[in-house]
Amino acid sequence: MALEKITAVTGRAVCVPGNDIDTDRIIPARFMKCVTFDGLGEFLFHDVRKNADGSDQPHPLNDPRFRGATILLSGANFGCGSSREHAPQAIQKHGFRAVVAESFAEIFFGNCTTLGIPCAAAARADIARLTAAIEADPGLEVTVDVAAGAIRFGGQSIPAEVRPAARDALIHGRWDAIGELLDGLPAVQALAARTPYLAA
Amino acid sequence: MAKSLFEKVWAAHAVRTLANGQTQLLIGTHLIHEVTSPQAFGMLRDLGLKVAMPHRTFATVDHIVPTDQLVEPYRDPLAQAMMEELRRNCAQSGITFFDRATGKQGIVHIVGPEQGITQPGTTIACGDSHTSTHGAFGAVAFGIGTTQIRDVLATQTMALGKLKVRRINVRGRLRPGVYAKDVILHIIRVLGVNGGTGYAYEYGGEVFDRFSMEERMTVCNMSIEGGARAGYVNPDQTTFDYLKGRPYSPQGAAWDAAVERWRGFASDPGCHYDDVVNIEAADIAPTVTWGINPGQGIAITESIPDPARATAADERASIEEALAYMKLRPGAAIKGTRIDVAFIGSCTNGRLSDFREVARHVRGRRVAAGVKAIAVPGSQIVALQCEKEGIDQVLRDAGFEWRGAGCSMCLAMNPDKLIGDQLCASSSNRNFKGRQGSPTGRTLLMSPLMVAAAAVTGSVADAREVFAVNS
Repeated sequence: MALEKITAVTGRAVCVPGNDIDTDRIIPARFMKCVTFDGLGEFLFHDVRKNADGSDQPHPLNDPRFRGATILLSGANFGCGSSREHAPQAIQKHGFRAVVAESFAEIFFGNCTTLGIPCAAAARADIARLTAAIEADPGLEVTVDVAAGAIRFGGQSIPAEVRPAARDALIHGRWDAIGELLDGLPAVQALAARTPYLAA
Repeated sequence: MAKSLFEKVWAAHAVRTLANGQTQLLIGTHLIHEVTSPQAFGMLRDLGLKVAMPHRTFATVDHIVPTDQLVEPYRDPLAQAMMEELRRNCAQSGITFFDRATGKQGIVHIVGPEQGITQPGTTIACGDSHTSTHGAFGAVAFGIGTTQIRDVLATQTMALGKLKVRRINVRGRLRPGVYAKDVILHIIRVLGVNGGTGYAYEYGGEVFDRFSMEERMTVCNMSIEGGARAGYVNPDQTTFDYLKGRPYSPQGAAWDAAVERWRGFASDPGCHYDDVVNIEAADIAPTVTWGINPGQGIAITESIPDPARATAADERASIEEALAYMKLRPGAAIKGTRIDVAFIGSCTNGRLSDFREVARHVRGRRVAAGVKAIAVPGSQIVALQCEKEGIDQVLRDAGFEWRGAGCSMCLAMNPDKLIGDQLCASSSNRNFKGRQGSPTGRTLLMSPLMVAAAAVTGSVADAREVFAVNS
C-alpha cells in the first residue's frame, strides 16, 4: 500500500481558541451512533456551533471568512478525553488536513497520525501571532512544513514540531502502520507461541 | 537490573522495532464494544484481512444499550443496528461475545476483570480511553482508536512509542468517608489534566496496598483524565485472591505457575522511575468537581474558585469559561448547590462495592423531592449480586430507579440523558460540556456515596455529615 508522503500542508487556517478542548466537544457522543465514519464532518464541534433549534452560534467554524480552511489552530491539551477516532475523522471529513496546537492529548495525537493528519506543536505566543495574521487576512496562505518543523505564513516562520516518530511516519508515507505490522506477523506468531498466557 | 512492571511487560510483548522507531507491541488481550469496532471490521473487510487471533478478542455491548429496555429490538433503530453489527462481526470472526443473553454482559472494563480475562503481566487494548482500568491488575492497558483496533484485529499488535513511568505514592491512611474516587480526583487536581501526557502512572503506597481490586480499578480508570494513557498497580495477594476461580483464570497447577509468573512482573525495589510524586492520604478530602474538566475539583469544604483571584491569565480564562457554563457563582460554597439528577454507575464506580457502600448508608432514607436518581449496575453480574443481597430493593425504597447494566448516563449514547441545563451529581468520570447528553447539561463528579448524599438532601452535601460516616 503506497501512502502519500505528507511533508507539508498548505492552505488557509482557522483558530478555535481554548485549552483542554476534549473529544466530546469535537464530536458529541450522540453522533457516534453509526457503523461508518461517513458524514461525521458535518457534526464537528456541533454543540458549540449550533443552538438547539439548529441555528448557528458564534463560532470560528461558522465564520464565513474562514470557510474552506484546512489548518486548525487551538490551545493546550487539544483532543483530551475519549479515545474516539470519530474526533479526528470528523476533523478530516470537515476538510482539515493539519492541526496546530500548544500540545495534544496522547490518544488523539496517535489517532490523527494514523489518519495522515499532522499534529504540530507550537508555542502559545507563536500561535497567537499566526492567529493575529489570519484574523487580519483570512485568505493568508499558511504552510505547515512537517519535514522542516516550521509554519510559514506571510513572510514569517515559526517553529512547529511534529514529534519525531510521527514526523518520520508522515514524511516517509508510513503513517498507516498496517503494512509494516502485517510484515511482522511471523515474528508475532513466534512471540505469542512462547508467551505463556497466549500459548495455553 | 531492577525494572518497573511497565518495562517488564513492554519487553515481554515487544515484537520488533518499526522503521519510525516505534515498537510493534503484541497485544495479548483485545476487548471490543459496539461503538468503536464496527468501522474497524469494515476496514478489515476492505483490505481482505481476517482477525488474526479471534480467541484473544472478547466483545461486549455497553455504550448504546438502553438500561430500561432489555428486550430487542430497541426503540432506537441506530442502537439496534449497532448491536446487530457487533453480533454479526463476532459470529463471522469467531469472537466470544458477552451478549445480554449470556448474563455476562456489562461495561467492558467491568466484564474483563469479572471474567478473569484481565490478568497481571499482560497487554490489553480496547477502543475506549478507560481501558486504563485494567491496569489495576498489573496489566499494561491502552485505550486506542478505531484504526488501531483494525491493526490489533488483523495482527494482534499495534505500533506504539514507549511511555515514561511516573510513580505516584499515596502514603498513610485515608480519612473516613474518603474513597478511591476522591484519591484519583485529588491526583488529577494536583498533577493536572495533561500532567500525565507521555507517562504511564504506577500507583502505590500504603493506600493502594490496602485498597481492594475494585478501589484500584476506580483509580486506574481515570488515569486518562490526568492525561496518562495507562495506569497500573503492582500485582499482589489482593490481585491473586480476586482472580482465583474466575472463568478465564488459570486452574489447578496452571494457577500456581501463573501466580509465580505474575509476582515476577511487579516492579523491582529500587527500579528507575522517570518521575516520583508523593501524596499524603490525610490531605485528601471528599472531592467534587465544579468545572468542565476532571481537574477542576475542590474538597467539599472548599469554595468555588474566583477567577479574580487567579494568578495567571490562562487560569482566569479557564475558570471563567467553566463557571459561565456551569452557572456557578465564584467564591460560593459548592456545598448546598441544588442538583436535579443523581447518577450512580459507570466503569469508574458501577461495581458491587460501590452499591454496597451506598445501600449501607441510604437504607431508610429518601431521595429528595424533585431529584431524579438512577442506579445503574456496571454489569449483569453486578446487578444479579446486588439483587441477591437486596441492594436493589434498598435503593428502590429510597427512590432510586434500578436499571439494567450499561454505560447509561456517563456518556448518554442511550436514552439516559440530562435534559436542558440539569445539574447532575455523578459517579462517572467526565464533566465535559455536554457529556451527559444535553449540550447544556452540567456534571459534578464525585464518589458514589457523595452522589447518594446529594440525592437524599437535594443538593451537594458532605456525605460524612449526611450519613454520619465515621468508620
